[in-house]
Amino acid sequence: MKKIATGNKAIAEAVKQALPGVVAAYPITPQTEIVETIADFVTSGQMKSRYIPVESEHSAMAACIGASITGTRTFTATSDHGLLYMHEMTNWAAGARLPIVMANVNRSLGPGWNIWAEHTDAMQERDTGWLQVYVSTVQEAYDTTLMAFRIAEHNDVLLPVMVNLDGFSLSHIMQPLDTVEPGDFIPPLHLPHAIDTKNPTGYGGLTGPDQHFRFRWDIERSIRDSVNVIEETELDFAARFGRRYGPVEEYRCEDADVVLLAMGTLGKEAEVAIDILRKEGIKAGSLRLRWFRPFPKLDLAGKEVVVIDRDYSFGYGGIVANEILAKNKCDVYNVIAGLGGQEVTYDDMAGFVRERRIGEESWFGVNSHV
Amino acid sequence: MFEVRIHSRGGQGGVTAARLLATAALHDGKYATACPFYGAERRGAPVVSFVRIDDHPIKVYSQIRQPDLVVVLDASVMETVDVLHGLKKGGRVLINSSHKPEFAGHTTFNVDLTGIALKENLVVAGSPILNTPVLGALAKMGIVSRESAKEAIRGMFSDERNVKAAEAAYKEMCA
Repeated sequence: MKKIATGNKAIAEAVKQALPGVVAAYPITPQTEIVETIADFVTSGQMKSRYIPVESEHSAMAACIGASITGTRTFTATSDHGLLYMHEMTNWAAGARLPIVMANVNRSLGPGWNIWAEHTDAMQERDTGWLQVYVSTVQEAYDTTLMAFRIAEHNDVLLPVMVNLDGFSLSHIMQPLDTVEPGDFIPPLHLPHAIDTKNPTGYGGLTGPDQHFRFRWDIERSIRDSVNVIEETELDFAARFGRRYGPVEEYRCEDADVVLLAMGTLGKEAEVAIDILRKEGIKAGSLRLRWFRPFPKLDLAGKEVVVIDRDYSFGYGGIVANEILAKNKCDVYNVIAGLGGQEVTYDDMAGFVRERRIGEESWFGVNSHV
Repeated sequence: MFEVRIHSRGGQGGVTAARLLATAALHDGKYATACPFYGAERRGAPVVSFVRIDDHPIKVYSQIRQPDLVVVLDASVMETVDVLHGLKKGGRVLINSSHKPEFAGHTTFNVDLTGIALKENLVVAGSPILNTPVLGALAKMGIVSRESAKEAIRGMFSDERNVKAAEAAYKEMCA
């Protein structure tokens, strides 16, 4: 059924249909609408889940961990400071191999106090073992949340998945949403290491120097295996519901000499910039990076790539640009833009490409010359 | 792409008006997005929300800089806000007022939405509801169809007085 919904409502709808046994969450702007809507679904009996209100995000993730280890489907949502307050527990969730799904509404970290979109919050969770995906439309937020449960809970993965959406520019925008009947798209969860009271087992015991690395390697092996699980899940989703996304979304890249690469809503608006550049005779295409962990293999050899980072690693550079440089033989112009919700238009993005300074880094509004 | 900017005051329902307009456009078979600009809102402060309508999926997220239509739900915001800012040459203005102000180079439409809301007793917390009647005026202007406007209102509100108010605005609007 087609209707108009916000990104937040779309995620809540998907969670309702995935029917988790437990949702534990703490509200935070601009995510609050997700957990508020889910709480309404639970109170009104539309969703037969246990909703655990907690006093902090650290406790929210701890409650999700406790719920997930019993073998029940588990969901939470957060944003920026809330995500970072969970940080100890997000590492635990991945290490304990718990397929928790979390929506993170990307928001800038204070101070100065700012509630608008930026990706640095999720980037600070980069090395936890969570899978990370960044969405760009209300429909994609909904579809990806449904897929996230199936991917996380797949026996070859058993890792938590974070679905990221831009604060306000996606969480609060209203766009058409076509909901589906998921049916058996998400199979029942069978957590192989779930607590079984008839067969008591120890959890979280000491692992010595002769064992610990094996558990770390096992996380890495599973996250590598998740590439196939993601592909298979996206193919099945496309076969059933007609929409396909992929690890990256390419736009007019076939014969492109220069590629504009961004994530989230900027990555979608970049397509409008490409149409403008093509009309000017510039052979440009855009790549919207969707899955960030596992980081997709890209075909960028020999190309000029303009990377927009809505994040930053102080003392080093844009995080996405440097990840791309580390794995691809390409030339990069890195533009730091959109921090704290900074307005970046398709005209601005077309300018980044026209005025590109390969090998350099610019901060939009500070020292970029567009 | 048709772009609309709605001016109102916090609490007057400008965001809901944007949502209703986008929903009506969807019922017309178009693509639409609606987004409020979220700043430091508080009740009574001037706020804006945006609606885009197109025949193709809409990929633009940045703010509307050159609207085709400006809707003013509260004429008093014009004392502090330049509601015509960026309005395209030949762009239209719809204003909630019993008087029609003159804006050089722009066609202005006016309708007394406040009066219509009060007549239908559509009042919440002491404020007349403007976001449902305005859909009737927008339908009269041809932005969305009359049927889709009513369908959008019924999809969000069960109180049929909202539809009656939209119908009244449809009939009373002056070009």
